[in-house]
Amino acid sequence: MSTIAVNAGGGIGNAAAADANASVRIAVRNLDFYYGDFRGLKDISLNFFDRQVTALIGPSGCGKSTLLRTFNRIYSLYPEQRATGEILLDGQNVLSSSIDVNELRARVGMVFQKPTPFPMSIYDNIAFGIRLYEKLPRGELDDRIEEALRKAALWDEVKDKLRQSGMGLSGGQQQRLCIARTIAQRPEVILLDEPTSALDPISTGKIEELIEQLRSEFTIVIVTHNMQQAARISQYTAFMYLGELVEFGPTAKMFMNPGKKQTQDYITGRFG
Amino acid sequence: MDTALQDKTIAAPAPWGRVRRSRYVADRALKIICVLFTVLGATVLGWILLMLLYRGFGALSPAVFTETTPGPGSEGGGIANAIVGSLIMTALGIIVATPIGVLAGTFLAEYGKGSKLAMVIRFVNDILLAAPSILIGLFVYMLMVQPMGGYSGWAGGVALAIIAVPVVVRATEDMLRLVPGSLREAGAALGAPMSTVIVKISWKAARAGMVTGVILATARIAGETAPLLFTALNNTFWFSPNLMGGVSNLPVTIYQFALAPYSNWQQLAWAGALIITLSILALSITARLLLRKDKVR
Repeated sequence: MSTIAVNAGGGIGNAAAADANASVRIAVRNLDFYYGDFRGLKDISLNFFDRQVTALIGPSGCGKSTLLRTFNRIYSLYPEQRATGEILLDGQNVLSSSIDVNELRARVGMVFQKPTPFPMSIYDNIAFGIRLYEKLPRGELDDRIEEALRKAALWDEVKDKLRQSGMGLSGGQQQRLCIARTIAQRPEVILLDEPTSALDPISTGKIEELIEQLRSEFTIVIVTHNMQQAARISQYTAFMYLGELVEFGPTAKMFMNPGKKQTQDYITGRFG
Repeated sequence: MDTALQDKTIAAPAPWGRVRRSRYVADRALKIICVLFTVLGATVLGWILLMLLYRGFGALSPAVFTETTPGPGSEGGGIANAIVGSLIMTALGIIVATPIGVLAGTFLAEYGKGSKLAMVIRFVNDILLAAPSILIGLFVYMLMVQPMGGYSGWAGGVALAIIAVPVVVRATEDMLRLVPGSLREAGAALGAPMSTVIVKISWKAARAGMVTGVILATARIAGETAPLLFTALNNTFWFSPNLMGGVSNLPVTIYQFALAPYSNWQQLAWAGALIITLSILALSITARLLLRKDKVR
């Protein structure tokens, strides 16, 4: 059993250490979440730091995806779901009814577990998000799309087939297309909901590299089932269990020297 | 590892022949019965089609497409006026039905979902889908023919539209429900309002299926007779361009001519039946090809 802990710990060297001076980008305060009567999140409070990757880990059903889905209020598509408490994005409570959810979602981008290319060309997939909020002349739009595809490390593979359907790409390419679509909007925060769980190891590697590069521009929150992945790519890790935040801290500390026994048990594979 | 595997003795295999013979018989019997009844159904259909092709092609001539329907006792003639009348009223019906059907189907799939209102609409739509078409003809007779003081192509078009609407509603809703929710979430996550998600993403993803629904609705109304009997009626000359008064059409012409004692009328009824059947066949094949193309993509 202890070998797993060593492996996980060994992976930490790949990611940059947590930046102690990073400012708080998202502050969650006393957040509760309900699916109908079921309380999915219990009094969560924690900070997410600017231009750092924070990993949310925990066993299935612990609420990590639920927490992620509150940041852009995507849960509000479903009338029976609601959140109470505060989520401060740059000091403003995004749960407040005065916030325009669509504007919020343009600032807080999200990439899902399964790739979700729209049934349109690669070019239009990326232009879709840009066109929603900006009216750009053709040349500028072309530049923005190229920039997004380059940042998503997809440009070289698709530059000659921008007019072809996005559905024709491989799973890993589709996921990078979705990331390109998200960053083309120039959001401040990127939420990743198990972005590699449906991908093969090579595509996973590419996306992990990509996350490391994107960190210089965006605040990133990633939900992952894969503890090695959390150790490899994140600066901060939050461990959740049964809707509660068990422990939060710099990734190196969480994996090498966790403060709570539950965390220790989970990362060494004793449960979950 | 190897020794651990070898240590486990494998349990003695169960003897063969534990399945009773009657099971094989029942298994076979069901298959045979299914095949028999399929053959029976297909034979009847094939018979109708072959008869139609044989008699229909025999009755075809250039005059069928160029001359108007003959009066009683006169020689020759064609069904040009009926063909054009049918085309106009079918087009009218589908042009009226498509926006109503697509938007109502969109409401059910995207907005209404499981709400009470949506359930009621869905229920009413199902009733309409199964309503005898003669009732719809009578309804439009009261709604339009009586107040307007006479039969008209407009009333015929409206009656056909009422038959097409529930077909389009159902197809639209079904196709939109097949669009994965994750696609809508992805659209919303980019900050697209619901209307944009529906128009640019859901409709686009379901487009082939929705077009297919409209085509099948067209095929459905192209052969409807009963609703036209009370609305457009029929006539044996070129109808007036404003579509007022009786408007000739294929189904009612077939109905009247097939029962008439004149052999040239009966011939024309065969020709008309063939033309309608081939048109509907062409529409159905187009619909299938569209769906298949969508699946390949």
